[in-house]
Amino acid sequence: MAKYILKRLLMMLPVLLGVAFVVFTLMYITPGDPAKVILGESATPEAIAAFRQEMGLDNPFLVRFFDYVKGIIFHFDFGTSYQTKKPVLGEILSRFPDTVTLAALSALVAVVVGVTLGVISAVKQYSLFDNLASIIGLLGVAMPNFWMGMMLVLIFAVYLRWLPASGTYGPKYWILPSLTLGFISAASIMRTTRSQMLEVIRQDYIDTARAKGQDEMVIILRHALRNAMIPIITVIGIQFGQMLGGSVLVETVFSIPGVGRYMIDAIKARDYPVVQGTVLFLSACFSFVNLGVDILYTFIDPKMKTMYAKKKS
Amino acid sequence: MSETILEIKNLTIHYVVDKETVEAVNNVNLQINKGETLGLVGETGAGKTTLAKGIMGIIPNPPGKILNGEIIFEGENLLKKNKKEMQAIRGEKISMIFQDPMTALNPVMTVGDQIAEVIRLHEHVSPKEATDKAKEMLEMVGIPGQRASEYPHQFSGGMKQRVVIAIALACRPELLIADEPTTALDVTIQMQVLDLMNNLKKQLGTSMVLITHDFGVVAEMCEKVAIMYAGEVVEYGTARDIFNHGCHPYTRGLFESLPSLNEDQPRLKPIVGLMPDPTQLPVGCNFAPRCPYCTDACKERKSDMVNLTETHQVKCDYAVRKFREETDNG
Repeated sequence: MAKYILKRLLMMLPVLLGVAFVVFTLMYITPGDPAKVILGESATPEAIAAFRQEMGLDNPFLVRFFDYVKGIIFHFDFGTSYQTKKPVLGEILSRFPDTVTLAALSALVAVVVGVTLGVISAVKQYSLFDNLASIIGLLGVAMPNFWMGMMLVLIFAVYLRWLPASGTYGPKYWILPSLTLGFISAASIMRTTRSQMLEVIRQDYIDTARAKGQDEMVIILRHALRNAMIPIITVIGIQFGQMLGGSVLVETVFSIPGVGRYMIDAIKARDYPVVQGTVLFLSACFSFVNLGVDILYTFIDPKMKTMYAKKKS
Repeated sequence: MSETILEIKNLTIHYVVDKETVEAVNNVNLQINKGETLGLVGETGAGKTTLAKGIMGIIPNPPGKILNGEIIFEGENLLKKNKKEMQAIRGEKISMIFQDPMTALNPVMTVGDQIAEVIRLHEHVSPKEATDKAKEMLEMVGIPGQRASEYPHQFSGGMKQRVVIAIALACRPELLIADEPTTALDVTIQMQVLDLMNNLKKQLGTSMVLITHDFGVVAEMCEKVAIMYAGEVVEYGTARDIFNHGCHPYTRGLFESLPSLNEDQPRLKPIVGLMPDPTQLPVGCNFAPRCPYCTDACKERKSDMVNLTETHQVKCDYAVRKFREETDNG
C-alpha cells in the first residue's frame, strides 16, 4: 500500500510539471505588460525598464521557465507577487482555509443531498418523487452557479433577511455559499447514484439478502449502496476537486477571500507569479484528491484490497 | 400419510408491464410433504423461478402481482402475512438457493459476514457467536472455516455455490427452495453439490423444492415431480409415476429429447416449436401448437387436471385416455 501511494505521488510530478509549463506559456503569450499594469499608465519608461529588469521579465522564455521550476524544486519558492512583493505560497496558504471550508461544506451538502435523493429515486423508480428529483437534477446541472448564488442571496438575504449575503464572519455566513456550490454537484452525484443503484438492486445478491429475511431498508443501505458506491465516489472526488479549484464564481458572488478569487484578481492585474502559483497549487490539490479517491477504492472494493494486500506480503 | 409442509392452491402470478400482462404462473396446485423433495421441471421461461419467488414472497411489485391462490406453509397462508411476519419466515423457515452462484453473493462482503447475517437476523446471538456459527456452516459445506474472512471473488464457482448453500441452511430451514442450483456449474462439481445437498437435507430433515430442467438431477434427488409448461403444472406425480408412466405429451417430449446411449441415435428428437408468448397464451391448451396429438377440441379449451392414480395427475385428455388404455391392457 505504501509503495502504491509513493508510486502515485511520483507520477504526480510530471503532471504538475506539465501544468506549470502550460500556465507559464499561456502567461507568456498573453498580451499586456505586467509592468505597465502594475506601475500604472503614467509610469516613466525608466521605471518600467527597472521593474522588468528586477522581475526578470527581459530574460528569454525558457530561461525564465527553468528559473521558475528551479525555485520551486530547490527553495519551494513559487515567486513573489508583483503587486504585494510577498511570497506567492504564503499568500495562497493564508487564503486556502476559506477555500477548503467552502469546498468541504459544499461537498457535504452535495453528498448528503445527492446520495439520498439518488437512492430514493432508484428505489421508487418512475414515481412522482423520482420525476421531481430528475427535474431538480436537470436544473442543477443546467443552472449557472453564480446565478443560483445571486438568486439565493436575493431570496434569503434581501427579501427574507434570514441569512447574511456575503463575507466569512461566522458559521451563518457559510450556509448560502455552500448550498449554492453544493447543489450543482448534488445534481450530478444524484444522477450517478440513481443509475448505479438501479443497476445494483436488480442483482441476484439483493434477492439473496431478501431471502435471508433482511429488512428492505438494510438491504438498500448495506447491500446495494455499498456496491453502488465505487462509481459514486469517483464522481464525488471529481466534484470535490472542482470545488477546490472552480469555486471562483461562488467566492466572488459571496465575497469569500479564497484562492479562486485571488487567482481571478491576479489575472486581472497581470500578476503572473500569482496566477502560475495558484493554478499550480490548485492542480496539486486536484491530484491529491484523486489520489485520495483511489486509496478510498481499495477500502471499498475488496478486489483492489486483496490485490494490494497480496503485493505487500 | 406424512404431514404436509407446503401446499399451493390455485396460485396465479402475473407481471404487468406497460399494459401487457405476462402470465407467468397460472393456477398452480402443488403439495409437498415433510422431508420430501419435489422436482419442478420445465423449460426456461415456464415460470419456475417466479413460482419459487412467489413462495418466498419476493416477487418485485410492481410489476409482479399475485392475483389469486393460497400458499399454505405449516397450516398458515403466507399470502395473508404482513411484511414483518414474512421477514421472520424468510431465511429461518423457508430459504432459497439461487441459480447463479457467481452473482448470488454480495461482492463487497466477506462470505463469513454473509452467512453470519442470516444467523444474526433469526437467532439471538452475539456477533462473535454468529461468526463462529458461520465458520461451522462453512466447514459443514466443506470449506475451511478460516476462509470466512475472504471475499466471493476469491472462491471458485462450485465453492461459491457451497457458500450459498451454507447461507440457505444456516438457520436450519423447514423448506429449502433450490432454483437450478447446479445449472451454472460444471458436471463434476454438480455431483458434489447435489450430494452435499442430499446429505444436508437428510441430516437436517429439510423438505425441498428443486427447480431444474435436468432429469438426471430429478432422478437423483426427488420423490415427487411436477412438470411445468407455460406457467402451468401439466403433470404431477411421484418420480416413479413420471419416469415410468409419464403420459403428458410434453413430458414424453422432454424424455424423448434426452440422448440415449443404448440406441444408435444420430440426432436428438427435440420438441418442435417454441413455448407460447406468455403475454398471449392460447385459448386452448398451452401446448396445443406443439403437440403431435393435438385435436380441434384441444385448441378450444384447456383440459382439467385429472387424477390418474392417487399420486399421479395430468392435465391432458389425450394423456388420460392413453394412460387408461395402457393400464387396462396391462
